[in-house]
Amino acid sequence: MKRLVWCVLALLAGCSTVRGSGDLGVVIERASGSVQVVEHSGETRLGRVEGLGDLSHASVVFSRDGRYAFVFGRDGGLSKVDLLERKLVRRVLQAGNSIGGAISSDGRIVAAQNYQPGGVRLFDTDTLSPLADIPARDEQGTPSKVVGLADLPGNRFAFSLFDAGEIWLVDASQPQAPKVKKFQNIGRQPYDALGSYNGRYYIAGLYGEDGLALLDTWAPESGVRRILAGYGRGEQKLPVYKMPHLRGWALAGNRAFLPAIGRHEVLVADGTNWQEVGRVKVHGQPVFAMAEPSGRRVWVNFAFPHNDTVQVIDVPTLTVAATLKPGRGILHMEFTPKGDAVWLSSRDDNKVVVVDTATLTVRRELAAVSPSGIFFSWRGSRMGM
Amino acid sequence: MKRVLEVLRLLMETAVLVGASLMFVSEAFGEELSAIRQAELRYLVRQDCGACHGLTLQGGLGSPLTAAALAGKDDDGLVATILQGRPGSAMPPWQAYINGAEAQWIVDWLRAGGQP
Ligand code: HEC
Repeated sequence: MKRLVWCVLALLAGCSTVRGSGDLGVVIERASGSVQVVEHSGETRLGRVEGLGDLSHASVVFSRDGRYAFVFGRDGGLSKVDLLERKLVRRVLQAGNSIGGAISSDGRIVAAQNYQPGGVRLFDTDTLSPLADIPARDEQGTPSKVVGLADLPGNRFAFSLFDAGEIWLVDASQPQAPKVKKFQNIGRQPYDALGSYNGRYYIAGLYGEDGLALLDTWAPESGVRRILAGYGRGEQKLPVYKMPHLRGWALAGNRAFLPAIGRHEVLVADGTNWQEVGRVKVHGQPVFAMAEPSGRRVWVNFAFPHNDTVQVIDVPTLTVAATLKPGRGILHMEFTPKGDAVWLSSRDDNKVVVVDTATLTVRRELAAVSPSGIFFSWRGSRMGM
Repeated sequence: MKRVLEVLRLLMETAVLVGASLMFVSEAFGEELSAIRQAELRYLVRQDCGACHGLTLQGGLGSPLTAAALAGKDDDGLVATILQGRPGSAMPPWQAYINGAEAQWIVDWLRAGGQP
């Protein structure tokens, strides 16, 4: 009874009871510049944090304690959101046009990648005060859009230059004086990239040619090499109405699942020698190919006009095991830490759909305004996320 | 596409007044696009073109589509870009989903500020 009274008093005072942060997450509401704070134990919405600016194409990284979400907005805004107190802690407008970011292995540096002006900026995670600026210019001094920023062990980052076709490896162990190693001629128009779970490989997808560029960061001196080159086999490309995303990629068992560009296929490569081992025909241009945490299945969503569909690939047989129509405009998917459920955002139906991965049935639907990305706090303890 | 249309139709039914004023806008642009189709195109441009050009059309992987950015570029070129895309760049062709009059309407609307 006494306890109850205290709880009520605590609630009245506006403080929440003590809770952990391991089951928290955010849902980006792209049109309204807000995020919903959610928890996936009870599958509920905890509240909304507003005033984050233009969140189209926003992405999120987490502090390692899972308490803070760093939200990168299209308008160049970098916002630090406290998930426990559900409030905006700090916000800086750090560039004209931003697309995403990463957090360093020691958790102290948050890096933002920008289109305009193209480059990467480093900030202190506590205060969001600027540490360093790395403008992305090619040899001739021409600015380039930056894509595919990923964190690597040892406070390093890697990113790609869309216009210049380069990969830059940054050592930020001295955050105010980062050292940059440049790899040139890595392929035409890298559009996004990923860092592998163990932080060893950095792989950039190429828009301007069939193939991907791979950097083995254990042996940077051997340079960047092309993998899955010529996967289009010289055939006419299908139009790409949305660029695939590579972060959150699928390494299932020893196989990597990568979206093809201009082909309705998911490419499968061996994760040690990077040779193609197969491809899976799918329903449309894949956007995300994400493995369940167990690695047993890979979930794929699609670009316009096929974005009402999600397919589930069975990894051992490389076949499509299920085709789901969970809602219209499915933009993103996020697994719970051990993969019992996957949360899907349905932009055009203004909802988040929670699907049970064992039964492939809908467990719950939550209302959200034009939701895009869904990000859970477990990302804070993983490399490449 | 049809599905998008359905949502928009629902939206429109609850906003007859808005619909009426859209008719007026459509006449102003001299095109015979229905209010529903206009609303659908506005949604498409902001959301799906916005995937590359930004939800507020300020640019991203694709160039900005603001009135200022398009000033001085002729209609025919822009309409052709929308319909046929730009080979060698990431701009895809939209003619399977958008016809010439609709592409022209989009250009007019972008020049007028592209408000939702
Ligand atoms: C997959 C990415 C992508 C999508 C989706 C996309 N665009 Fe583009 N668009 C681009 C890129 C990249 C350019 C710049 C092309 C260049 O470099 O010449 C461009 C250029 C344009 C231009 C020419 C602008 C200028 O200043 O010359 C127009 C107009 C345009 N897009 C309209 C649209 C419309 C309308 C849609 C939706 C129906 C759309 N785009 C969807 C990537 C895209």
